[in-house]
Amino acid sequence: MITSPTSTTDSPAAAGDAPAVVLDALRRDFAVRSRRPGSLRRERRTVRAVDDLTLTVRRGEAVGFVGANGAGKSTTIKMMTGILRPTSGSVSVLGREPVPERRHLAREIGVVFGQRSQLWWDLPLRESYRILAAMHRLTDSARERRLERLVEGLGLEEFLDRPVRQLSLGQRMRGEVAAALLHSPALVVLDEPTIGLDMVSKEGLRRFLQEDRAERGTTLFLTTHDMGDVERLCERIAVVNHGSVAFDGTITAFREHLDSPRELIVDLAEPRETLALPAGAATDAVEAEGIRHRIRFSGTALTVPALLEAIGAQASIRDLALTEPAIEDLVRQVYARGKEPARGAGPGDEPDQGPDRA
Amino acid sequence: MPRVSAYWSVARASFRQYSTYRMATAAGVFTNSVFGLIRASILLAAIHAAGGELRGYDALQAATYVWLGQALLAPIEAFGTREISQRVHQGDVAVDLLRPTHLLGMFYAQKLGRAGFLLLARGIPPMLVGAVLTGLALPSDPLSYLVGAACLLLAITVAFLGDAMINLASFWLVETRGLSVVYMAVMNLLSGFLIPIAWFPDWLAAIARATPFPSMVQTPIDALSGRIPPIEALALLGEQTAWALVLTVAAVLMLRIGVRSLEVQGG
Repeated sequence: MITSPTSTTDSPAAAGDAPAVVLDALRRDFAVRSRRPGSLRRERRTVRAVDDLTLTVRRGEAVGFVGANGAGKSTTIKMMTGILRPTSGSVSVLGREPVPERRHLAREIGVVFGQRSQLWWDLPLRESYRILAAMHRLTDSARERRLERLVEGLGLEEFLDRPVRQLSLGQRMRGEVAAALLHSPALVVLDEPTIGLDMVSKEGLRRFLQEDRAERGTTLFLTTHDMGDVERLCERIAVVNHGSVAFDGTITAFREHLDSPRELIVDLAEPRETLALPAGAATDAVEAEGIRHRIRFSGTALTVPALLEAIGAQASIRDLALTEPAIEDLVRQVYARGKEPARGAGPGDEPDQGPDRA
Repeated sequence: MPRVSAYWSVARASFRQYSTYRMATAAGVFTNSVFGLIRASILLAAIHAAGGELRGYDALQAATYVWLGQALLAPIEAFGTREISQRVHQGDVAVDLLRPTHLLGMFYAQKLGRAGFLLLARGIPPMLVGAVLTGLALPSDPLSYLVGAACLLLAITVAFLGDAMINLASFWLVETRGLSVVYMAVMNLLSGFLIPIAWFPDWLAAIARATPFPSMVQTPIDALSGRIPPIEALALLGEQTAWALVLTVAAVLMLRIGVRSLEVQGG
């Protein structure tokens, strides 16, 4: 039985109790025709974009769906939204079957495709919201109330009356997110929402998505290349590789599963040749004549405070920086290890690792 | 079904959107008028050579036919549109399919808003130019205007559906430009836009009358100019309605099959 998520404050009560997303042994093949050089006959071969993908997202959860290009992320989203039929396996979104119920589902989900626009190019941004609100049958007062929140939260005020084609990428993406959230959908699907955005725009977008989710208890399903997105927005990460889930668990479990070394950079007040470090940490390099020490340590064996305490006992620290392994590196490691979930981190091995299951 | 208000707001927005293209509108009015003058000169010369009347058209009626044709050019978009096919090819159709409204309904609403503006901004000026330069034969029966307006709405609808079907071929064709060019050539001729269908050789007129094309241009012109009295025009109105229904079914079916192949094969 699915318990209601504890992380949400005010979950949409009318939404029913089917999980937000159930993907079961989902498979999708594409026929690719290509012409060999020198041959007139076109060769037909089958490419499997999604292969036996199984994933359940409970209501109110936020899941980061990550993987390299061509891992099958977008194909999965297309099957979830009903614009692509699975070759085999089943999809259920908010208790509905996406393909036959696509238009019904469109009322209950909000989708942002980072590379496509759902706004009307030549019209002022405000006009797009008026049309979308009419499509979703919002009353005037409901529209104004929701729009006020979106305008304030996403900072749309200054360009609300400008035609969409005149907006910068960052402004447009904020506009796109508002368009997807206007009808207060129970499930928000974001496909690369921060692609091409600068740090400030990214942060603004993430902050609002987080706020809106906290306010409404929305389910968030996010594909991205950006570990920052996942870390800020999601409690759970699902890594897809070659069309199937290679890892599924919390972000912390993900890091621990990989146990990839973290790096601490300390600048000391006085130069020092060496630092005595506890087990699990090692000096990588000493720079600036003993001022800067680069220390590599294992996240599972050692906590940052413990490490800092050990260093602080020997020298006074003037400055420090902590670098996390990039998602690309982590994902690459998952790929290198293959599909087999490691002990304690795979979804099947430890069913109570999610933040929401008591 | 979504409330009418969604379609209404799209139509209204589309009207307003086109009203911002002032330069394009002015250029269009100018071109329509110049070509109207050229076409009127040719037709008038033909009628003069024929001795003042040619198959039911005298000079004033022929001039009226030309100016009404020029006025309808923009609203019915006789040169075709490419928006739907481009959205299919670029994959943006996915966004359209994820809206809670019907895709064709949305594009039709957009078309109506656009046609509304084009009728006013691109339709009326050539009529004024014609009234000044050649004179117009306008109907005396007020009923002609009423039936004419209904014919016009259906002409826009039938033209939209034909054009939409050509665009929807993009679900199967990598490039629809060739198809579109052939369609426009056939449509411009058989609709009675280039020369009145009454001037066609009998065999061609028979072919034309078996197609929906006359419903797009010849019918509204005949009804609006009063060349066909309002009671007779009602029969044409019925024919237009029948074509609108047939083409709606065909276009909806085509879209359904197209979307299905998109779902199955991927875009």
